[in-house]
Amino acid sequence: MVATIQPVAPHDVALSVRDLTVNLPKGMERTHAVENISFDLKRGQILCVIGESGSGKSVTANAIMGLLPNVIRVSSGAIHLDGMNIIGMPQDKLRSLRGRVVSMIFQDPLSALNPLMTVGAQIDEVMAAHGVGTPKSRRGRAIELLTEVGLPDPALMYHQYPFRLSGGQRQRVMIAMALALEPTILIADEPTTALDVTTQAQILELIREIQRRKGMSVMFITHDFGVVAEIADSVVVMEKGHIVEQGSAQQVLKSPGHPYTRRLIAAVPHLTGEDRVPLETADKAPILKVEGLMKTYRSGSSLFSAQRVVPAVNEVSFDLAPGRTLGVVGESGSGKSSLGRLLIKLLDSDGGGILFEGRDIAKLSEAEFRPLRPRVQMIFQDPFASLNPRSTIGHILTVGPVAHGTPYAQAREEAKALLAHVGLDAGAFDRFPHEFSGGQRQRIGIARALMFKPKLLIADEAVSALDVSIQAQILQLLDQIQRETGVSMIFITHDLRVASQICDEIAVMQKGRIVERGPPSQIFLDPQSAYTRELVAAIPGEQPGSTRPVAANG
Amino acid sequence: MRGFLLNRLSQSLILLLIVSVIGFFVLNLLPGGPLAQFGLDPGMTQDDLERLKEQLGLNRPLFIQYLDWAWRLLQGDWGHSFRDGAPVLAVIGRHVLATLLLMGTSTAIAIAIGTWIGIRGATHRYSLFDYMATVGAMVALSIPTFWFGLVGIYIFSLQLGWLPAGNMYTIGDGSVLNYLHHLIMPSIVLSLVHVAIWSRYMRSATLDAISQDFVKTARAKGLSERRVIMKHVVGNALLPMITLAGVQLPSILTGALVTETVFTWPGMGRLFLDSLGYSDYPVVMGLLMFSAILVILGNLIADIAVAIVDPRIRLG
Repeated sequence: MVATIQPVAPHDVALSVRDLTVNLPKGMERTHAVENISFDLKRGQILCVIGESGSGKSVTANAIMGLLPNVIRVSSGAIHLDGMNIIGMPQDKLRSLRGRVVSMIFQDPLSALNPLMTVGAQIDEVMAAHGVGTPKSRRGRAIELLTEVGLPDPALMYHQYPFRLSGGQRQRVMIAMALALEPTILIADEPTTALDVTTQAQILELIREIQRRKGMSVMFITHDFGVVAEIADSVVVMEKGHIVEQGSAQQVLKSPGHPYTRRLIAAVPHLTGEDRVPLETADKAPILKVEGLMKTYRSGSSLFSAQRVVPAVNEVSFDLAPGRTLGVVGESGSGKSSLGRLLIKLLDSDGGGILFEGRDIAKLSEAEFRPLRPRVQMIFQDPFASLNPRSTIGHILTVGPVAHGTPYAQAREEAKALLAHVGLDAGAFDRFPHEFSGGQRQRIGIARALMFKPKLLIADEAVSALDVSIQAQILQLLDQIQRETGVSMIFITHDLRVASQICDEIAVMQKGRIVERGPPSQIFLDPQSAYTRELVAAIPGEQPGSTRPVAANG
Repeated sequence: MRGFLLNRLSQSLILLLIVSVIGFFVLNLLPGGPLAQFGLDPGMTQDDLERLKEQLGLNRPLFIQYLDWAWRLLQGDWGHSFRDGAPVLAVIGRHVLATLLLMGTSTAIAIAIGTWIGIRGATHRYSLFDYMATVGAMVALSIPTFWFGLVGIYIFSLQLGWLPAGNMYTIGDGSVLNYLHHLIMPSIVLSLVHVAIWSRYMRSATLDAISQDFVKTARAKGLSERRVIMKHVVGNALLPMITLAGVQLPSILTGALVTETVFTWPGMGRLFLDSLGYSDYPVVMGLLMFSAILVILGNLIADIAVAIVDPRIRLG
């Protein structure tokens, strides 16, 4: 901790936070969102603030922007922006700093732009709000900015509405907007978390490039040590509202001092490039054989307008042996989730076959498939939305098996045993979903799927919504369950690092097709297709084959 | 956009056809039939009634009657009132202006005040103003409009004598001021419930918009709070309100049954009640078709307006 409180930050410091404490309203799990935190952002540097959800990193960013909601108050401390203390500053003075001295980009580019205004108008607005330029000069500047962030055809882009742009393009617009008045400090709150891995690599590159060219100071909030390794000059590690460690990126990544930092770094899934030791099973015949599976989405069909046809799953074939895990990786829109839904028949296929235990289930009607449903189960992405908030855990677990003819008493005993098995105490049976954390809920989701003693588990982004340390635990649990029960698994994910941890074989999907399939060693160390190479190269903080994140500029 | 319009238009026509079929046949199921009113006349003999039936074509099968009626409707002949023999369209025309005046005024009041209350309630959530607006809306919604009308007449007409108790104008005085004087009470009474509805919808639409990420972006840009609210929040909050306005449009022209009766306002609502009581089938059917066309038109206009305002629909 910094011992002395300096009244004005030294000249080479763009942003200085001193003993900042932010109160939370009464009745929350903590009294403070952040407590007594101090750190400096040096001019022309990138500072990464890293922590898991609830660590207080976003509250810190909002405090610096002066954008805390009314119920959350700064109770003590100082924030010096370019030498000015903003705590206690009048609202209109604060407003004149926002966008001019400090600007911010947000996590979700899909919702961060006003859908009713053109891109150009939204960039223009920043300058107009601070009384900069004439309409004509602002227009020129906006087009200049759009060029600078690498958007195609800036003059046309100026008149475009956000919904026409991809996620990556919208994030570029956000960056252009934030740069409009050449602020001293740029705060980026998880700006790449919602993006695909190749887009993420491009945006990180853009931020770093702009930061270097303009000598800007960037405070970059993230939960991903891979991203830290890519861009950070210095790092602040936060846990439950406290800074547990800070220092240069080199120092924190190579020789973390605090146990929490060590735990976080250890929990980051990294590319193993090693193949999994396959499970010994008696039966070698594939449990699932998919042949030329097709699904095409049609929309906008009507009497007078043309139909839009999107092939979501295109001629996909693979097979899966008992007790093995197949990873399906791809970027958004690659068709990986559609594939998962086809396999469990939540979606009807247009062609091809799905042979489950030798029987083609693709052509079965809903009624014919029903007896087979218990044997194919799904684990969903969002542990908050996939459990009915009005049902007890016991009800969630038993309702399915009871509907399929298991006596309730037996189902209850099995449920209690399973809860213990997935690492929850038996008391969970009578409680409701909201009483559990995200990781615990995902354990419940797994227990729910296991209640049916399935032969095939389909996990659709099952760990994507979880913090890295929880992610590691869930992956371990899935691995353990597979070794015990011999269940086959299809693990759908956008995160190649996660896939490399748990899969025997990985299928890479692009635009509805499987472009490459092979064991992790092939995919990560010797990728055969250009697209796989691109994907692997885009993983932040990884060199294929290494087992630790490497420091930036290394 | 063109495809969208053609689509909606063809859907609307099918809908109109269905409404007309149901309306026509249900009306003819009523006891007594179209000639019930004539039957009450003691001078009418059975032979007279038969002759009348023959003249009006009512002795033909119902299905043929419907086709005949629909065919004439398409040609602009909506039939003649049983009461005074005037063309149905002319009868409707006589009353529609009165209704338009009353409903137009009260709707304008409702939208202006309701929007303002809704936005203020959302931006000052849980303030004294917000609580009072909430309670006020509950009161306005739970007390029937005619009660407000009767209380208004008692206080302002009978006790204070400031405002007339009914009618649209004083016979013999056609001045604008006289019309306005008669308009004040019914339009305010009628707008009460609409202010309540509109402000509640507006409040929740504003709250939805205010929690969106792009509002945070707007604040982070350093925009003034006023501009954040007016440009980014209200713009997006008004989108769902356009649809609501489209749903309300028909009631502006078809009138308020109860309010028009309480204030003896010579509008469409009263025309409908009177015609029903008199078994004036051509007029009732005409009114039914008129309001069906308005409902469909209102929704169509709202859809087009949303498409114009929302680039995602206009260009998407």
